[in-house]
Amino acid sequence: MTDILNILLLLFLIVCAVAVAHIRDLLSAVILFSAFGLIMAIIWQQLGAPDIAMVEAALGTGVAALLLIAAISKTKRAE
Amino acid sequence: MMDDQIVRITSRLVAPFIQLYGIYIILHGHLSPGGGFSGGAIFGASLVLIALSFNLEAGIKQISHQTASVLESGGALGFALTGLVAIAFGGNYLANRSAGFPLGEAGQFFSSGAILVITVFVGIKVASTITTLFYNIIEKEEPLGNHKQTD
Repeated sequence: MTDILNILLLLFLIVCAVAVAHIRDLLSAVILFSAFGLIMAIIWQQLGAPDIAMVEAALGTGVAALLLIAAISKTKRAE
Repeated sequence: MMDDQIVRITSRLVAPFIQLYGIYIILHGHLSPGGGFSGGAIFGASLVLIALSFNLEAGIKQISHQTASVLESGGALGFALTGLVAIAFGGNYLANRSAGFPLGEAGQFFSSGAILVITVFVGIKVASTITTLFYNIIEKEEPLGNHKQTD
C-alpha cells in the first residue's frame, strides 16, 4: 500500500519537475515548483526524515515560492 | 501588494498558528524532530506571509527591517557567546556537560543544558534572516534606515 503511494508521489514529482521546466508563464512555474516542494516534503517523511520534511515544507514550499513571487512582482510575468 | 480579500483573511487567521508551531518546534528541538533551523524557517515564513498578503507596511509593523537585521546579528552573537560561556566555566568551546551546565532528567523539557539556549538563538537568527531576505528583495532601492521617516 505504501509502495503504491510512494510510486504515485514519485511519478507526480517527475511530472511537476518536467512541467516547471516547460511552462511559459512564470507565475504558473512558481506554483508548480511549490507543488514540487510539497511532494518532496511528503517523500522525505516517507523516507524517515521528519525534520528535513519540515524544513522542505517551510522553505521549499513556502519561503522559496514567496521570494520568487516577490521577484515576479518586481519584474515581468511573461518569460 | 496583492489586494485580495480571501488571501488577506486566510493569512490573518493562519499566521498566529504558524508562529505558535514555529516556537513549539524551536523549544522542543532537543526532544522531537526539528530544532532551531526548522522552527526558525517556519516562524520566518509566517512573517513573510503577512508582509506579502497585506502590504509591506503591515509586515514592517510586525518587525522592521532594522530590528530584523539586529536580531540576525544578535542570534549569531548569542550562539558564539554561549560557546564562550562554556570556555569561561572551564570546558571546551560549546561544551555542555563538561562545562557544568545543569542537565535535568532525560525526556523532560529542561534536560539539555546549553542546547536549548543555542537552539533558541539559531531560531531567532534563521527567522530574522528569512525576513531580511524578503525585505531586501521587495523594498525599493533606498539606503537602510530610511523607514523611520515613512512610518
